[in-house]
Amino acid sequence: MPNARLRYVARRIVQAIPILLAIVVLNFCLLKLAPGDAVDVLAGEAGSATPEYMAELRAKFGLDQPLPVQLVRYVGQIATGDFGYSFRHEMPVWDLIVDRLGPTAILMVTTIVLAVGVGVLLGLLAAVNLNTWKDSVISILALVSYATPLFWVGLMLIVVFSINLGWFPTSGMENVAAFYEGWDRVWDIAHHLVLPAITLSLFYLALYTRLMRASMLEQAGMDYVTTARAKGVKEGRITFKHILRNALLPVLTMAGVQVSAMIGGSVIVETVFGWPGLGQLAFESLFARDLNLLLGIFFLSAVLVLVVNLLVDILYTFLDPRIEL
Amino acid sequence: MTDAAAATVPAPPKRFMFWRRFARNRSALVGLAFLFLVILLAAIAPVIYPADPFALVGRPMLPPLSGDFLFGTDTLGRDVAAGIAHGARTSLFIGVVATLVAVAFGTLMGGLAGYYGGWIDDLLMRVTEVFQTIPSFIFAILLVAIMTPSMESVVIAIAVVSWPPLARLVRAEFISLRNREFVQAQVLMGMPDWKVILIQILPNAISPIIVAGSLLIATAILTESALAFLGLGDPNIMSWGFQVGAGRTVLRRAWWICTYPGVAILLTVLAINLVGEGLNDALNPRLRERS
Amino acid sequence: MENPVLDVRGLSIALPKGADRTFAVEGLDLQVFPGKITCVVGESGSGKSLTARAAMGLLPPKVAPTSGQIMFEGRDLLTLKPDEMRQMRGQKISMIFQEPMTALNPLMTVGKQIDEILTVHTSLGGKARREKILALFDEVKLPNPKRIAAAYPHELSGGQRQRAMIAMALILDPKILVADEPTTALDVTTQAQILKLIAELQEKHKTGVLFITHDFGVVAEIADQIAVMQYGKLVEVGTADQILNAPKAEYTKALIGAVPSLTPRAARSGFGRRMLTVDGLNKYYKSGGGLFGKPTAFHAAKDVSFTLDRGETLGVVGESGSGKTTVARCLVRLLQPEEGKIDLDGIDLAGMTKRELKPYRNRVQMVFQDPYASLNPRRKVADILVEGPINLGKPAKEAHARARELLSLVGLDPKVAERYPHEFSGGQRQRIGLARALALEPEVLVADEPVSALDVSVQAQVLKLMDEIREKFGLSVVFITHDLRVAAQVCDKIIVMQRGVVVEAGKTADVFAAPSHDYTRELFASIPGREWSSAPEVTA
Repeated sequence: MPNARLRYVARRIVQAIPILLAIVVLNFCLLKLAPGDAVDVLAGEAGSATPEYMAELRAKFGLDQPLPVQLVRYVGQIATGDFGYSFRHEMPVWDLIVDRLGPTAILMVTTIVLAVGVGVLLGLLAAVNLNTWKDSVISILALVSYATPLFWVGLMLIVVFSINLGWFPTSGMENVAAFYEGWDRVWDIAHHLVLPAITLSLFYLALYTRLMRASMLEQAGMDYVTTARAKGVKEGRITFKHILRNALLPVLTMAGVQVSAMIGGSVIVETVFGWPGLGQLAFESLFARDLNLLLGIFFLSAVLVLVVNLLVDILYTFLDPRIEL
Repeated sequence: MTDAAAATVPAPPKRFMFWRRFARNRSALVGLAFLFLVILLAAIAPVIYPADPFALVGRPMLPPLSGDFLFGTDTLGRDVAAGIAHGARTSLFIGVVATLVAVAFGTLMGGLAGYYGGWIDDLLMRVTEVFQTIPSFIFAILLVAIMTPSMESVVIAIAVVSWPPLARLVRAEFISLRNREFVQAQVLMGMPDWKVILIQILPNAISPIIVAGSLLIATAILTESALAFLGLGDPNIMSWGFQVGAGRTVLRRAWWICTYPGVAILLTVLAINLVGEGLNDALNPRLRERS
Repeated sequence: MENPVLDVRGLSIALPKGADRTFAVEGLDLQVFPGKITCVVGESGSGKSLTARAAMGLLPPKVAPTSGQIMFEGRDLLTLKPDEMRQMRGQKISMIFQEPMTALNPLMTVGKQIDEILTVHTSLGGKARREKILALFDEVKLPNPKRIAAAYPHELSGGQRQRAMIAMALILDPKILVADEPTTALDVTTQAQILKLIAELQEKHKTGVLFITHDFGVVAEIADQIAVMQYGKLVEVGTADQILNAPKAEYTKALIGAVPSLTPRAARSGFGRRMLTVDGLNKYYKSGGGLFGKPTAFHAAKDVSFTLDRGETLGVVGESGSGKTTVARCLVRLLQPEEGKIDLDGIDLAGMTKRELKPYRNRVQMVFQDPYASLNPRRKVADILVEGPINLGKPAKEAHARARELLSLVGLDPKVAERYPHEFSGGQRQRIGLARALALEPEVLVADEPVSALDVSVQAQVLKLMDEIREKFGLSVVFITHDLRVAAQVCDKIIVMQRGVVVEAGKTADVFAAPSHDYTRELFASIPGREWSSAPEVTA
């Protein structure tokens, strides 16, 4: 079995390669579609540059080559981890991204755990108490949260909990001036994390709640549930031993699919809360017209989505015996 | 046992049935009513607020209910209420147009993949997969940034990131329908493909497309507002997201600038979602039975 | 006679408001005796399944008993508290279902699902439970009990799943076994084995069985007592011998009369010229492939050959997976065969492209199995009937006039042309499907299990209609079926298929009188109720 699973994982990785390649090509196309190239940016930075100098630079960067040649070079660069150079930050894009990866990872992992965990619980609670006040309250909250724009929730939370109540800081990831260390620092970061994590997870929490509730209800109508009843199994056991596991599968699938949307949401949340992650970097590079950096982030987040989807697939092989390894 | 006798009970007209099923869902009716209000607001915005919503009409940061300003004024002295009225036009227009484009394209892709199968399906689904892997909001940001922010670029960007789920839905419907016996009956009568697709399959797949499309409008409005919030909206057109973004810096002193446009987004999106669920109940009765 | 173990007295079950009738079951009296099988027979909508559910205390929501009693061990099951009823289920009364695939939890091993019943009702230790399960698997003749216990439902065959379900139902030696169409989803050979198993176990354990079915063959095979139901009411009840051989009620007589006899109908001769010659037909399905797996080819039809004359009916008989449907789809060229000839009156259709095929499309038409999936729910009957002819160049006015003629020909009022398919019953839809095929004036009609989704009385009517129409138009018919009774009454000659290969071919009467291949013999031996003779001719 473990061998079969390894082979399955290998197969999934191989299947992801064409997608990865397509994203690189897409990246390249976007780069070429954008008005101006790296040399224009450089020239703009320098203030003045003669056309001869610019042509020389273009030759140096290979920008005078035909597009297919440039594409092959670009793919080669990406494959070796060379994401280009951010002229604005005067640093390689890769180094910039690595710096910001940690904070984004903290935010994303917290959000996923919060959204999936609480969403599943609430959905379960609503389904078990179908058509009672608990179900109504949960369903209405989910419905409203599902319709709320992320950036607005963030701002409103700041107004209430930071400005009026003063419970949480308005922005940043830690109190840099305090030079906390060890657990104090962890506590400080956690304190800063509360509002951004709630903001980002609210929408997905609502989504998973609704999905879980619907999934539970769907599974409750299945034949095998009738069989369990015919065996004399108690309702509580039917819910937790039979329905729950089956109902979780579609939620897990959705959680995998939603990661790419969640990364998009982090741009907004990090911007609103000044969280020093990739999202904020993306926002900054957007206004600095730092296309290399923006495309690097874009590519990396796509890779992240592929990795998460792979993890979900692997998890699935443990949960669903029907998956053919 | 008297099978040969013709059916005698006439079924109620379809449209009537649809409305009765839709109306059974109370919250869908509330949503529909509110949606009508938003559409009305969008329609009469130029009448009740004839001035340019960008015009500076009062002192900056007047609180709500001061003078003529129902929701107060913003950082530069623009009327927040006027902005909301004109923003309704933007949100609805972009939401609907982007959705139409996405639905048309998604239906085309999904339909071709589902009907023809084989390598066409493989190819189109791989493309769809790529678009589903890319973080859609960052992609939308990139597209708008590269095309420079404008009404058109926002519509295109939203449509480009919204079609893949629809393509998957339509593909699944087409695969299930194309193997249905009534479709095969037409195929073996020599009906050309385009006719089979348009007459036999599409009408039977239209309900889920309508439901998904209506929910997509809500998502499109949310995306539009998020883009505008980040400053990627059309700079010449008033939008709810832009209003929230503009009020962000003065959150401490003037909370209302951000609050009211946000409430407008929330309620509109909520209303559309409710209507979408009502449509789902009315058009896909099978699913309703469960809950 | 002994006292009944289950005694249903005056049971009425109300349907929710808005249903097509008020009561699903009305004033039902029914008894089940220990060690005996009581069959409840009826067509769809007779209320037989809800009766079974009521005895289990498992009625669907909003469906509730309104009067009557279900007496068991001196207590009325209908008055038990939910938890008392739960204790009964699985321990004293248990149930097996029609579809063993969906009736088992896909994420739990079979062993664990059976183990659950022991942990709920007994205090046995793990080892004792395990031994009990393995012993029972042995008793229900599951091969390699240990492997089966560790397997997930999708890893077993349909017959194995149903055996596991039976083991699950009988593990605590219940007094009553409720079986709701337990063999309907199975192939005929598997069905025979399962019926035998149920009968054996029930006799050995003195279990009273309440057996729900629509199939008189199955009834004849296993029933001790028979209750016939129609529209929620009891029509007639009696011993198996009495009901099967001397029914009193008109309805029972009609139902039994509609069961096709196994005596083939009188041989016909004098067919016209050769219409269809199929020679060496092969069809493969390829799947898999790519970087990591070898592509696998499934040989769905292997060297299939037969001929068909004008006015003749050929039966293609086989179980699921035999390739009979593949052959049908190749004939109408919904599928392209890899090798072989399909010679229609001198023209080979097998290798033609879509475009080449068009002028010949109308000459071979098909009638489908599922009356609910074969008509487009969004098109009026008139549209369904004229689309094909108009497409092939017939003027619209002519096509519409013809559509109305065809409707009366298949026994429907021409006025129904303006209606939508959902307004018709299953039998009426099959008539419309037949009219649609006839609208193209075909020479060969391929009928893919055209009556297997219909109630037996409706089935007889549709078969009769098809026969009249074949006669009237001199059609050649390829009749695909799994039901040998139907084949006996409809076909002039038959071919028997197994795993894509024709194992036997011949005149219907000859094959029925002396089957030569082992598989054919097994098929015949498996026909439920084969020893019970019914009316020699289809009378309906």
